[in-house]
Order: sequence, then structure tokens, then C-alpha cells
Amino acid sequence: MKTVVIGVIGADVHAVGNKIIDHVLSENGYNVVNVGVLSSQEDFINAAIETDANAILISSLYGHGEMDCKFFKEKCVEAGLEDVKLYVGGNIVVGKQDNAEVEEKFKEMGFDRVYMPGQKIEDALTHLKEDLG
Amino acid sequence: MKPYLLVDFGSTYTKLTAVDLDEEYVIGTSHAPTTVTTNVLDGYDQALKYLLTDHPEIENISGISACSSAAGGLKMAAIGLVEELTVEAAKRTCLGAGAIVEKVYSHHLTKREVRDLKESNIDIILLAGGTDGGNKECITFNAQMLKNIGIDVPIIIAGNKDANDEIEELFEGTNIEYYIVSNVMPKLKELNVKEAKEAIRHIFIEKIIDAKGIKKAEEKLDSIIMPTPEAVLTACELLSKGHEEEEGYGDLLVVDIGGATTDVHTIGEGFPKRTEVILKGLEEPFAKRTVEGDLGMRYSANALLSLVNNYEFKKYFEDDDACNHDIKKSLDRRHNHVDFIPKTKDEEEFDKAIAKICCDVSVSRHVGHVERVHTPLGDMYYQTGKDLTKVSYVIGTGGILINHKDAKKILKQTSKKSDKALELRPTNPSILIDRSYILSSMGLLSQKYPKTAIRLMKRYLL
Ligand code: B12
Repeated sequence: MKTVVIGVIGADVHAVGNKIIDHVLSENGYNVVNVGVLSSQEDFINAAIETDANAILISSLYGHGEMDCKFFKEKCVEAGLEDVKLYVGGNIVVGKQDNAEVEEKFKEMGFDRVYMPGQKIEDALTHLKEDLG
Repeated sequence: MKPYLLVDFGSTYTKLTAVDLDEEYVIGTSHAPTTVTTNVLDGYDQALKYLLTDHPEIENISGISACSSAAGGLKMAAIGLVEELTVEAAKRTCLGAGAIVEKVYSHHLTKREVRDLKESNIDIILLAGGTDGGNKECITFNAQMLKNIGIDVPIIIAGNKDANDEIEELFEGTNIEYYIVSNVMPKLKELNVKEAKEAIRHIFIEKIIDAKGIKKAEEKLDSIIMPTPEAVLTACELLSKGHEEEEGYGDLLVVDIGGATTDVHTIGEGFPKRTEVILKGLEEPFAKRTVEGDLGMRYSANALLSLVNNYEFKKYFEDDDACNHDIKKSLDRRHNHVDFIPKTKDEEEFDKAIAKICCDVSVSRHVGHVERVHTPLGDMYYQTGKDLTKVSYVIGTGGILINHKDAKKILKQTSKKSDKALELRPTNPSILIDRSYILSSMGLLSQKYPKTAIRLMKRYLL
């Protein structure tokens, strides 16, 4: 069984999407480790280490995603998690911005998959299969 | 009369408490220097002689139970993976079992660390790491490292269950004494101390007391049941929960200020008391013990100025304290002469200030904290640790608190403070003092006579 860590990063309290993601991934056979809302980068990383996670799925809804995710990949590498896949989704930037640019920005930051507003967690299921096997 | 004897083999004194099970009162207490280096029974016999001289009415002792913190107490090493998670879970397990956590290691053990561990005088190792189904590479690696160095103290394995077979294969056929129990953190942030704690108690009874020269006592006593701090924690839990029709006191906080350390015990879930508060971090133990090695009246007195500066220190003196204290000198004096006993008013007042600091700082570290996040729905908070605002009783025990006329004043330091607003301290607790020093005895007694133990506590905690 593949283990995925999910949660909402930063000072973000949007809890509904997080519950849905937990439900959908669990239904689809993943061992979901949910660090919940208001989670720091360290919360995700610590959880991934102890649970030997294959992927980390970060949600950010309140607009500060870019700031909250800064240097996350670097910290993962530092913690020995360089092989863990990193996904990010929700409303990861403020307001409407050019999708391609946003995706480019987060990919440069080290994320493997980037999801725009309106993209549901179901969209990520095929990617997860592809990436984790 | 049906006398029952409770014995506490302490590091300095062997203390005896005789209670009458029929009339439910404390008949008397006595103490004599602990004699672990020769024959531990010498000190015990001496104390018993004193007791029987003072109380010739004691006849036909119906039973004896003992706890021990002699020969340095129970020393443990806690090993885990991530510091805030399995390392913390392992640490809390050791503390809850009444141990002193002498060594703490995270992630992969290095050769230097295992050498250091082997040379230390610890009694038991608790090896954790990984949630069930999670990381098993690290704990297996660490088990291999412990094997390589030829560890000769018992190892309790309480990590990812998936690693157990492999570790067992590693240890089989070696001289390593190991115990496999359930994971101290089976799921992320979920704390599970029960089995590991039982294993610690088992090893303590079977092995440690023998190694520490206390086993001899079993010739005369029924058994040594537990380490003293565990006895205190057990007593607190009983007093909090109650027993049958004997109602409990609810959530409690107990402070024990000693010469070298300050222990804080709390009983209670400590969940957030308000809906806008979200709980973060590792689950808290219902009965929680923390030990502060840098807070104490004597051995650690010199460390205090690194925790509070001169200016802050002065705030702990009473308003009407007219003495002109030389803080640095007074602290050093106590550190260098650990049997120092205050004689003048000046010295007494200074001791009181030290006790207040120990109390205040140890509680700051023990209680939960909140942080604020702004949202349009108003403020939200995250809480880490226990919310102890609703604690109904604060109890003082140990050394200075038992005898001090101002013990209650000292214990006021545990409650809510305006300059520490984000700490979830008791808001309006009643304060009790363990004047007869019975808490550890009552923990022992509760193993067989819980109802009597709780009634005695209600009667003697004033
Ligand atoms: C309810 C709500 C709130 C509630 C949250 C209550 C709670 N505890 O959950 C409250 C009132 C507290 C709130 C507060 C704020 N909110 Co608000 N909120 C919403 C609202 C209306 C609905 C969110 C929701 O629950 N949606 C339903 C769930 C199921 O959808 P979801 O959260 O989007 O999650 C799905 C997908 O995004 C996706 N997904 C999410 N993460 C990931 C990750 C991966 C890897 C993948 C693949 C997919 C994925 O899958 C999820 C499940 O299908 C949205 C607007 C909207 N309609 O989306 C604004 C919205 C998210 N909020 C917004 C803002 C700005 C705020 C505030 C900053 C407002 C303020 N000025 O103070 C605060 C921030 C508070 C904080 N510190 O977090 C903005 C964000 C704008 C931006 N990013 O540019 C939004 C979009 C409204 C808007 N259009 O302006 N909010």
C-alpha cells in the first residue's frame, strides 16, 4: 500500500477540501496520513519520514501558497526525502493568474505536479498511479 | 488495627510510612539513611526500629510494599526517528514509567553515539522509530548498531511493527536481552505507552533492583513494585479519577521540587476548551510527567541564572523582603554545599525565591501553549500540549514544599500569569500540600487497596 501525506500548509484554515481529499484517496486504496490544516513545512516532512511516505500532497487555499511552499523541496532533500513526490493544489496563488506561469513557478520550486483552482483531487489519481506505480 | 507498611528506598533516605487499613489513618513515619552500598536492609531495619520505637502499637504488619529511586533511580535511553514524533513518544514513555531519560537519540545512530551509550550507566534502552507500516529502515539500522557495539542492558523495541521480525532475527542467538512490544507511536501523532511501560516495570522488578542492590530487600518485603516517580504518578491518577463511590478530584497538577530536579505531573486530557482552537502535535499522555534537570534547590541551583537574569530573579522575592541578596553568591553556595540548610530569614527567603522559579519555569515547560491565526471569522488558535486552564487542584510535594510555611505561596507560581498569556496554565486552582509526604506511598498502597489510598490522600493532602 502506498502512503501519502496530505495537509493544508501555512496559516490556512480551509478544512473542507482536506477532508474530501482524505476520503477520496483512502477510498482509492492509499494509506493517507493527514496532518490537517495549519501545518508547517516541518509537520509534512516529519510525518513523511516516520510513515515512509511515497508522496506529499500539499493544499493551499488562502492565497499564500507560493510563500508557504518556498524551500519546501530543499528541506525535503535535507531530510532525506529527495525521492518523495511533491504535489501542490488548491488556490495556490492570489486571484486569477496565468496557469502556465504558475505551474512553471511551482515546478521550478521542485514540485512534481501542480494543480490549478478548480482542479479536483480526482484529477490527481491518474498521476499518482503513474508516479507511484 | 491492621498495619500496612510502605517503603520508599530513596537516594538519600529510606522512608517508611505505616498506615492502618482498618481505621484508615497514617500511624507514623520514619526514615534512616539508605544503605545500598552495603546491605540495603540495614537502612530499612534502622528505619523500622525508629518506627516501632515511636509506635509500639504497631504489631502484625499485614503487608509491605516498596518503591525505589535509590542508586540514581531508573536511568533510560530513548531512541526514535524524528525528534518531535517517535523520539518524543519514546521520551514520554520513559518519563511516564518513572525513569530518568539520560540519553536521547534521533535518526540513525552513529558509532560515536553507540559508544557513548555503551559507556553510560543507563539501565534500559527504549528503541522506537517509524509508525506501523511506516519507516522501518532506521529502527533496523539502529538495532544493528546496538548489536555491533554489544549492548549489555535490556532493550525494549517499541517501533514500527513491520521491523520486528528483522530485528528479532538480528538479536537471536546473541546475548542481547530484548523485549518486543507494541509501537509507542503506531499512527502519526498517536501515543501508545501502555505496553512499553509495562515492559519497563517488568525489567525494573526483575533486573534493575537486583543490579542496584535493592533485591535483598525482597527477603523481608513482599516486593519492590515500581520506581518512586511512577508511584507518585499512579497516586495522582487515582486521586484524579476516583475509585468506585469515592469521587475523584478531577484534573490535577503536581509539583515536586527536589535538590537536583523539578518534576511536574498532570492528570487530564488537556484537550482544547474552545471550539476555535485546533490541537497540534503528538498526542499528550493522560497522566503526564516531565522532569527538569536544570531546575532544583541545590545541585542545579547554579543553572538558574542562565534561565532568568538578575533582574527577573529579583521579581521572585517577596515585596516585603528587605534582605539584600547577592544572587550569584547565594546560588553558588547552594550548588557547592548541597546539604545547605537555611538558618537565617535571609537564607530562607532566598530558598523561597529559588523554589518559585523552579515552580514557574517547570510549569511553563509542562503546560500547553497557543498561537493565534487571524481569519475573517475571528481569531483561530493552534494549541500544542495540554490545556490545563481548568485544573481544579495544584498539589505540592517533595523537599521544600512539604515543610515550607509559605508552600502555597510558592505554588501560586503555577497559575495563570499576565506576562505568559499564551501558556495554558491553571486559572483558579485550589492548592494542597502533601504535608505528610504520602503521595508515593499511596501510589504503592493503591495497587492493593485503592479505596483506602484515595481516602487517605483526601485526608492528608491539606
Ligand atoms: C469556506 C471558505 C472559507 C472559510 C473556511 C472554513 C473552514 N474552516 O474550512 C473561512 C470563512 C474561514 C475562510 C477564510 C478565508 N478565506 Co476562504 N473561502 C472559503 C470558500 C468559500 C470555500 C472553500 C471550500 O471549502 N471549498 C470546498 C472544497 C471542497 O474545495 P477546495 O477547498 O477548493 O478543495 C478542493 C480543490 O481545491 C482541490 N484541492 C485542494 N488542495 C489540493 C491539493 C492537490 C494536490 C490537489 C490535486 C487538489 C487539491 O481538491 C479539493 C477537494 O475537491 C472559498 C471559495 C470557494 N468557493 O472555493 C474561499 C476562498 C478559498 N477563501 C479565500 C480567502 C481569501 C480567505 C481569507 C484570506 C479571507 C480573508 N480576507 O481573511 C480567509 C483565510 C483564513 C485562513 N487563515 O485560512 C479565497 C482565496 C483566494 C486566493 N487564493 O486567491 C477564496 C478562493 C474566496 C475568493 N474567491 O476570494 N474561507
